[in-house]
Amino acid sequence: MDWTEILIDAATASIGPVAAAYALAAIGLNLQFGYSGLLNFGQAGFMLVGGYGAAITVEHGGSFWLGILVGIAASVVLGLILGGPTLRLRADYLAIVTISAAEILRLIVRSGWAEPLTNGVFGIQGFANPFFDLNPLATAGRYGWGDFTFQGRQLWVMIVGWSLVGLATLLLWKLIASPWGRAIRAIREDEDAARALGKNVFGYKLQSLILGGALGGAAGMLLAVEQQNIVSDSFLPQLTFFLYVIVILGGAGTILGPIFGAIVFRFLFQFFDGFMAQSQAEGWYGDLLDATDAQQIKLVLVGAGLMALMVFRPQGAFGNREELLIDDN
Amino acid sequence: MTTNTIAAEPGVAKPDPILVVDGLQRTFGGLHAVDVDHLEIQRNTITSLIGPNGAGKTTLFNLLTGFDEVDAGTFSLNGESLVGVPSYRVARRGMVRTFQLTKSLGRLTVLENMMFGAPDNPGESLSGAMFRRWRSAEADIEARSRELLERFGMDHMSSEYAGSLSGGQRKLLEMARSLMVEPDIVMLDEPMAGVNPVLTQSLLEHIKALRDDGRTVVFVEHDMDVVQEISDWVIVLAEGQVIAEGRPEQIASNPIVIDAYLGTQSNG
Amino acid sequence: MIGLIALSAPAHAQAETVGGTIQVAEGAERTPIAGVVIDISLDGEDIGTGTSDDTGIWAVDVPGPGTYQAELDVESLPDGVAPTDPDSTLLDSVIVRAGQNKVIAFRLGEGSVAAANRYKQLGNLFILGLKLGAIIALSAVGLSLIYGVTGLINFAHGELLTFGALMLYFFHVSGGGPGWPLLLAAIPAVILGGLFGGAQDRLLWRPLRKRRIGNIAMMVVSIGLALALRNFFLIIFDGQPRSLRDFAIQDTVDILGIPVVPKTLVIIGASLVILTCVGLFLQKTKTGIAVRAIADNKDLAESSGIDVQSVILSTWILGAGLAALSGVFFGVSESVQYNMGFRLLLLTFAATVLGGLGTAYGAMLGGFVIGIAIEMSTYWIDTELKNALALGLLIVMLLFRPQGLLGRKERLG
Ligand SMILES: Nc1ncnc2c1ncn2[C@@H]1O[C@H](COP(=O)(O)OP(=O)(O)O)[C@@H](O)[C@H]1O
Ligand SMILES: [Mg+2]
Repeated sequence: MDWTEILIDAATASIGPVAAAYALAAIGLNLQFGYSGLLNFGQAGFMLVGGYGAAITVEHGGSFWLGILVGIAASVVLGLILGGPTLRLRADYLAIVTISAAEILRLIVRSGWAEPLTNGVFGIQGFANPFFDLNPLATAGRYGWGDFTFQGRQLWVMIVGWSLVGLATLLLWKLIASPWGRAIRAIREDEDAARALGKNVFGYKLQSLILGGALGGAAGMLLAVEQQNIVSDSFLPQLTFFLYVIVILGGAGTILGPIFGAIVFRFLFQFFDGFMAQSQAEGWYGDLLDATDAQQIKLVLVGAGLMALMVFRPQGAFGNREELLIDDN
Repeated sequence: MTTNTIAAEPGVAKPDPILVVDGLQRTFGGLHAVDVDHLEIQRNTITSLIGPNGAGKTTLFNLLTGFDEVDAGTFSLNGESLVGVPSYRVARRGMVRTFQLTKSLGRLTVLENMMFGAPDNPGESLSGAMFRRWRSAEADIEARSRELLERFGMDHMSSEYAGSLSGGQRKLLEMARSLMVEPDIVMLDEPMAGVNPVLTQSLLEHIKALRDDGRTVVFVEHDMDVVQEISDWVIVLAEGQVIAEGRPEQIASNPIVIDAYLGTQSNG
Repeated sequence: MIGLIALSAPAHAQAETVGGTIQVAEGAERTPIAGVVIDISLDGEDIGTGTSDDTGIWAVDVPGPGTYQAELDVESLPDGVAPTDPDSTLLDSVIVRAGQNKVIAFRLGEGSVAAANRYKQLGNLFILGLKLGAIIALSAVGLSLIYGVTGLINFAHGELLTFGALMLYFFHVSGGGPGWPLLLAAIPAVILGGLFGGAQDRLLWRPLRKRRIGNIAMMVVSIGLALALRNFFLIIFDGQPRSLRDFAIQDTVDILGIPVVPKTLVIIGASLVILTCVGLFLQKTKTGIAVRAIADNKDLAESSGIDVQSVILSTWILGAGLAALSGVFFGVSESVQYNMGFRLLLLTFAATVLGGLGTAYGAMLGGFVIGIAIEMSTYWIDTELKNALALGLLIVMLLFRPQGLLGRKERLG
């Protein structure tokens, strides 16, 4: 068992482009779930429309930059469609509608019916060339120290990705510290109290859903750009649940939580992959497990981890335990 | 006050009503929770709303403040109809309520609770928060919040989470917070319930001070001594209907009230 | 007369394909049939649709080697042509090797299928809708009852359903199981399904309620549980759908001129009987009345001496048992797969909200409305879009009547 290799792979993954995309989507989810108390169980759907919005635009003759605008616009529109009917209702309705919408969007995108637009199960490739043309680094060069290196191409995505994460974090920090942020936190605590004080609760919730969804859309684009490839099955429901793990791991309702959560989550994820691959290669499990079982065990652990975090450490790494113990009845 | 000249009968007209209710109905299943023919609230008075449990007091508050929808009837504030107006707009028009079950914003500090109550905060809109200068307005709001907290004797706990306060303190906070809205009329649903006697006395002083500020107060209260002490006018609700109105001393001796209200109360 | 379809592989460049030739063979004469639709899927997820051309040839590109499922869309067959065996229109393990152009064949003969005329087609879809509706209704009633007494939307409800189907598979087909006949195997499947729900309440949800964990946090917990269970099922059961042994193939009977397989009628009939029993249970029995009382006002119910925790436990057992039964019917009607519950969960949600969240009768009604609507919609719209229709109905309902068909109106801001 080569522990160095496992650790280096895990460390590489923890700050790689996917981690940046997860962090960005988790910042959006944190705004919705952590600060506003909105149960968006379909962040994967926002990511999907963001990514596909961009890819389809380019595929049909639009420029890459127009594609980015279309992707963001698509996630905003999705927020309006899903939030409009549900945000006046109890919190459960948003959860039901978002989880259903995300999965059904995925099924539509991969269907034969949508194939002229989305290329069905094969997805769309090679739409992000203008983005890589801007890369000042040598595409195939390697940057880093010792075995811990990134390709120039990958590093370029990371630089842009983590810059976006930084910008989003600054934006959120500014917003949360503002009276607007106080308003959404107050609404999370008690909607009726906010209404009685003259606050337009529906408007705030819609803003929060859309803003968080747009960040999800941007993250979806980042994922697609990194791969130069977008396929519907990158947006399975479990993607949303990964983001919940990230948000809660970092601490729901904390500014840096999503970044921390994304890094730790990606590290553990890759660590597990590396460990399972090597231990399997060494025949630890005999015939008990096959190669795909490891992936499924990982998802079982993610699910169990989400339950355990929510029950035992909902405040996450940075959250304030005292704040959570408050009984707000 | 001006109530001396008003006849003590249900639905009587008042010289300067701030709130006028007509034919208001709300039923739950077959139950007539509220069924008010006509009711006026005189401006700049303290009006107590009394009645046995289940009389419909909270439901009436919910209807008037847009938290519930009427089945029939009209009501208006300062002459403008409020039917179908959503709750937050009712508050913006100058009628603010508190809740029988206190709604403190647990994971906000006491000061944040107060500051959240302020209307017209430029930083409270999304675009305002991003692009406008809101810090000076916020500083004014903070000063006003601290002033009010001091008046309510809560200034020493301004940085505590509201969720960590006692029940009585939360009631006090909720009332103070509602005043941040600068309402014309405050509707207090059982503000005294669960509050210890010392706090009760200071709460009463605050309510009187509101009237002296020129505001109108409607409040639900069960303790007849309290009602006697501070009300200018008393409205008695039973089974959704206004069965009596009058000055406190008239109500205390009204046989209908003693029968309907005290009678039911002793029965359980 | 027996037809054989097949043979010539369509020429195609690089990657893998599945394809064939649709034709009816009569003696030496081969008649190609155009416009016949074949759906290819992988582990229950659609991959693509092929349509035969004038020479009967069709092909579908597939993303890589693997075990695919191919289904002949009988509705696309012209009049007078029918599969020789109405239940063999699904080939559930089409193995494609790397670079292979896999050729498959469906056996067709002369005959009449449901597509023969508009009446039959719509009638057939209606019956399929009733069946799907019954399956959704059973699942939705369970979800709704549990929601009513606990306030929890259980996002792991689909896994209760899958559990029932897996148990059925175990007792009925599985090599390690007793190999009982389906009807017998269904009994322990449903009982164990109920107990699975009861165990969840005792070991997970009740302790969480004791810790006074809020409903939003509980929903997140249920999402985690769903993900863990679903993948656990995947590990032990693998991805591809598996058929059951009994009643897999049945001759149709005629109902008002519409050919129907008897098992469909049994599913519809049994569901109606059981849903009626649930209704009687809620109206007439002490526990049922307590369930409704708690759903109406928990504090009041508690203060009037109802043992709320034990009623919640009973409700979990009942709700999970109904979900398991729904899974059994779903398995009998289609096949057994690790994610069948999650697929049905979305329709269950649509049904529950359509009928009115937390109202048991609303959930039943909503189930039938959704089931019939989405099956019949395939007459006009693409089959692949039928789930989107359910979502559309859900959103429209929330816009115009958020309390649902049978829900009590409450002011929500
Ligand atoms: N949402 C509701 N659904 C059904 N019945 C209600 C509802 N709200 C109040 N009621 C009923 O209406 C009546 C009046 O209640 P309420 O206004 O709370 O009385 P009060 O505040 O005077 O004690 C009571 O019988 C109560 O049970
Ligand atoms: Mg009351």
